[in-house]
Amino acid sequence: MNLVIKNTIRLILMMFIQAFIMQRIPPLHQFIVPYFYFAFILWLPFKISRMQLLWIAFLTGLLVDMFYKTPGLHAAASLLIGYTRPFLITLLLPKEATEWGNQEPTQKNMGSVPYWTYMVFMTLLHHFWMILLEWMQFGSFFYFIGKLIATSLLSLLLILITDLFLNRNAKLR
Amino acid sequence: MRNIFLFLRRYSVFILFLVLQVTSLVMLFSYNRFHHSVYGMFSSEVSGDINRRVNNVEVFFTLKKENDRLRDENASLRSFLPSGQMLPDTGYRLQKDTISIDSALQTRQYQFFSAKVISNSIFLQQNYLMLHRGSDQGIQPNMAVVSPAGIVGTVVGVSKNMSTVMSLLNKQSKVIAVMKKGSGLGEVSWDGKDPRYLQLTKIPKTVVVKKGDTVVSSPYSDRFPPGMPIGYVEKVEQDMETNTYLLKIRTAVDFYSLQHAYVVRNLLQEEMDALKKLSIKE
Repeated sequence: MNLVIKNTIRLILMMFIQAFIMQRIPPLHQFIVPYFYFAFILWLPFKISRMQLLWIAFLTGLLVDMFYKTPGLHAAASLLIGYTRPFLITLLLPKEATEWGNQEPTQKNMGSVPYWTYMVFMTLLHHFWMILLEWMQFGSFFYFIGKLIATSLLSLLLILITDLFLNRNAKLR
Repeated sequence: MRNIFLFLRRYSVFILFLVLQVTSLVMLFSYNRFHHSVYGMFSSEVSGDINRRVNNVEVFFTLKKENDRLRDENASLRSFLPSGQMLPDTGYRLQKDTISIDSALQTRQYQFFSAKVISNSIFLQQNYLMLHRGSDQGIQPNMAVVSPAGIVGTVVGVSKNMSTVMSLLNKQSKVIAVMKKGSGLGEVSWDGKDPRYLQLTKIPKTVVVKKGDTVVSSPYSDRFPPGMPIGYVEKVEQDMETNTYLLKIRTAVDFYSLQHAYVVRNLLQEEMDALKKLSIKE
């Protein structure tokens, strides 16, 4: 399938899930908030250019902000992971990013240890920046740390479930 | 000069990153209830439209509850119908009103618009509702929003056909309130923890407060009609540092399943504002 069409469909689906399912789940606790949309940025193909990545990350964040009524909060956080992504991929993978062709980061083609290092680091980075910005407006240090840990664990769990559910580990041709 | 261009080209990605990051931070920190940016107008028209479509499906799940509530309200309104009232005693003598001025216009202070709630959040720290009524239908910022059960919030943003409402469940929300029994002026706010409970502070300890007492909107508020329920006292705590209570109150409105609301327009608002401005100047 064409990469652009595939990723557009994925973006729409993930936005829908984030805005109309995740946002409306009754919370278990003040600290546990389900965030899932940023996995879209992490799953973009390897060969995408850094400029494009920044714009896509920024616009994805703004889209989420529209539904959460927090202009800029999610945009800032997803922009940060969009910027950091190429560096981390170069660190974790032996090959040049261009040699990967149309492939995207999955457990199979990266190897499970690099893949999960990448996912955990990016999730923590995204939540760290987002919750830090939230903390500047209200809350205490305890709120910051508690929410960072609980929310990151929940996000990783959601990503793991999606990985298993979509069977993203199957080879792309 | 050439070096500057080389520098710009080499670090273009980093520069774009910085520019976008600063843009989003400016957007985040300059946004508050008094600031309605172009982004806010645009985004509430777009997300409002999508929200409306999703809401059309969601409404079905709460139809039964909503129906019950409307029936209750109908019943209470029906009791005010002329057919349900007793006729006055004919022993009274009919006295003709000698004042020829129509005083009906002047005694009416509040006008109610009905509006459908198309999106609602209660699980965030700053919760907003969206109503399917906007400036084209006569809604303006700072109007009060109530439901049959009690106070919901205040209109903060208006676009052509939608308006956003800051609900009581918002850390920025502050509403003046009195105890229905024994007065005592206080302030209702939310601590962001549990959407079922609000906090009432500044009620002096001279007022006797018991569990279950009703908290209503104050007659001093310039937005809310006086006497609308806000909540019921759930827990009474003594504040050791000051001479006031810390009260935990249960919300009168069920924010979990809010489908319809009324926007209240204070017809005397302009006059009150003008007078206020005049007295501040002098």
